[in-house]
Amino acid sequence: MHVPEQYAYTAQHEWLYGEDNAAKVGITDFAQCALGDIVYVDLPPIGTQVEKGASFGSVESVKTVSELYAPVSGTVVATNEVLKDEPQHVNTAPYTDGWMIAIALTDASQRESLWDAAQYEQAYGA
Amino acid sequence: MTMLISERTHPGRIAYALPPCDVPMHTLPDFAKRAAPAALPELSELDVVRHYTALSRRNFGIDNGMYPLGSCTMKYNPKLHEEIMRIPGLAHVHPEQPVRSIQGMLALLVALEHDLAQITGMDAITLQPAAGAHGEYTGLMLIRAYHEHKHEHRTHVIVPDSSHGTNPASAMLAGYEVITIPSDPNGLVNTEALRRVVGPHTAALMLTNPNTLGLFEKDIVEIADIVHSAGGMLYYDGANSNAILGIARPGDMGFDVVHLNVHKTMSTPHGGGGPGAGPVGVKEALIPFLPNPRIQYTDGQYTLYDNPQSIGKVKAYLGNIGVLIRAFAYIRSYGPQLRNVSEHAVLHANYLKTRLSPFFDVPVEGICKHEFVLSAKTIKQQTGVRALDIAKRLLDYGFHPPTMYFPTNIEECLMIEPTETESLETLDAFADALIRIVEEAHAEPDLVVRAPHTTPVKRLDEATAARKPVLHCHCGVD
Repeated sequence: MHVPEQYAYTAQHEWLYGEDNAAKVGITDFAQCALGDIVYVDLPPIGTQVEKGASFGSVESVKTVSELYAPVSGTVVATNEVLKDEPQHVNTAPYTDGWMIAIALTDASQRESLWDAAQYEQAYGA
Repeated sequence: MTMLISERTHPGRIAYALPPCDVPMHTLPDFAKRAAPAALPELSELDVVRHYTALSRRNFGIDNGMYPLGSCTMKYNPKLHEEIMRIPGLAHVHPEQPVRSIQGMLALLVALEHDLAQITGMDAITLQPAAGAHGEYTGLMLIRAYHEHKHEHRTHVIVPDSSHGTNPASAMLAGYEVITIPSDPNGLVNTEALRRVVGPHTAALMLTNPNTLGLFEKDIVEIADIVHSAGGMLYYDGANSNAILGIARPGDMGFDVVHLNVHKTMSTPHGGGGPGAGPVGVKEALIPFLPNPRIQYTDGQYTLYDNPQSIGKVKAYLGNIGVLIRAFAYIRSYGPQLRNVSEHAVLHANYLKTRLSPFFDVPVEGICKHEFVLSAKTIKQQTGVRALDIAKRLLDYGFHPPTMYFPTNIEECLMIEPTETESLETLDAFADALIRIVEEAHAEPDLVVRAPHTTPVKRLDEATAARKPVLHCHCGVD
C-alpha cells in the first residue's frame, strides 16, 4: 500500500494535497485496490460548494459504486476532465493523474482534522 | 465469437412462402410506408433454429445446473406452473376485453391478492408493480402520499449499509434524501445509530429481513418502535422472503409496506431481464393510496374501480399477468406446505455454510437464514486469488458463481444462496468444487486466476466493457 508522506487523508480513503486556493482531492491507493477496476467517475461541476464530510460525487468500479466524501469544505475550482474517458488513471496513478477535483478551501484550519500518512497507514496498513 | 443473426443474412433466402393473395388488397397510405425496406435478416428456418439452439447451449440457467446467486433466489421453476399459465382461458384474454368476460382472471388475481396478504400479514395488496425495484418505488410513493395527506413534509429515507442497492436508488428516484446507517459488529441494524438519525424528517426506514448477510434482524420490534415513534413508516424489502414463508410475517413485525419479488420467491423464470412482478402490500392506513384500478367483488361479479386518493397507475392494466398466474399456481400447489420451502432453504444454507466455513473467512459466525456470506480475504492475502477468480473457476466445475462483492461491507465477499430445490448430492458437489478451488488457489493459483477454461468465452475484460461499451452492432442496419 502506497501512502505519500506529504498528503493528508480521511478515514473514508480520500486524500488532500496542495495549496489552499486549489487543493487536489482523490482516493488512496488502498481504496482503488479495494474497489478494483474503476469504470466511471462522477464529479460535480466547477463552482459547486462542497461540505466537509458530505458526498461530492461517486466512483464506480466493476464491483460497486462508492460515494466520494469531501475532506474539507470549499468551492470546486477544477475537475479532472481526463477521467471522463480514462477513469483507469485512478487505478494506475491514484495520487497524481487520478486526482478528481481541486477545492478552494473556505476554512484552512479544517486541514488539522485530517490524518497524516502515518495515521492513515496505522489505520489501514497491513 | 458467434455471429449475430443479422450477420448471417443471405439475400433472397426465406423460411416461408405465402400462397398467392386471394382476398382484396389494401395498400398502406404513403405516410405510413418506409422510405427503404427494413433491413431484416434473411435466413432459412434451419439457419434460425441452429442459430438460436447454438446460443441456448452456451447459456447457463437453473435447468442446466445449480445457480447459488445470493439474494437472487434462483430456484427451480416447476414446469406445471408454465402449463397452467398457458391454459387458453388465461393465456388468450386481452386486457381490453369487457370486464364481464374476464371474471375468471379477475377472480384469480383477487385470490392471489388475498394469499399474498395472508403470507405477508398485510391488509391489502396491489399486483401492478413489474418487479422488486418497481415495487419499492411504488411503496415509497404510497408512503409519500400518506405523509402528504397528513400534511407532513418528510424528506429522509434511512437504509442500513447492508441494504440492497435498489433501496437507496428507489428512495432517490422517489425524491427522498438517503441516510445510510452502519451495521453493528454482528451485521445487524445498529439501533443506537438508528435512534440518532430518526426525527420529524424521517419518511421511512427500508429494511430487508433477513438481511443481506442472511441474518434475521432480531431487534425488529424495537426497530419498528423507533421508526414509528418518530412518525416514520417501515418498508419491507421482500427480496429475502424465501427464508420466512409461513414462519414469520412482515406485517406482524411492524412493517407498514411490503413488496414481494414473486418472480423469485414464488418461483417464476427470472434472471434474463424479466418480466417479473413486485406486488406491494400495505397496512390499512395506506389502502386509499394504492394504484388504480382496484378489483372489487360486489353483487356476484368482479369489477374495476378507481380510488380518488390513489397515486395513480404504475403499470399498464393489472400487472405482469403471466408471472402472477405462475405465482398463484406456486402458492396453491404448496398450500399449507409453503413453510417447507423456507425450512429447506434455511437448512440448505446452513449445511453449506457449515461445510465451507473451515476453508474461508466467515464474517458472521453462527446459524444463518436462507443465505450466507464467506470472505476470501485470507485466501487473497496468501495466494493472490480473489473472490472474483474463485467465482470464475466455479464455471469450470459446472456451477453458476455466487454473488460477489456484495454486500459491500464485507471484503472479498462471496454470497451464497443454495435455495430449497437442490438435492443433498448437488449441495455436496458444489461444496466439493469450492473446497477444491481453495486447494488449487494454494497449489496452482494461476489456474484459478486465468479461469474459466471450459466456457465458450474465457475471462472477459469487464473493465473495458464498462469503460468503452459498444451498445449497437455495425451490421448494415441504420
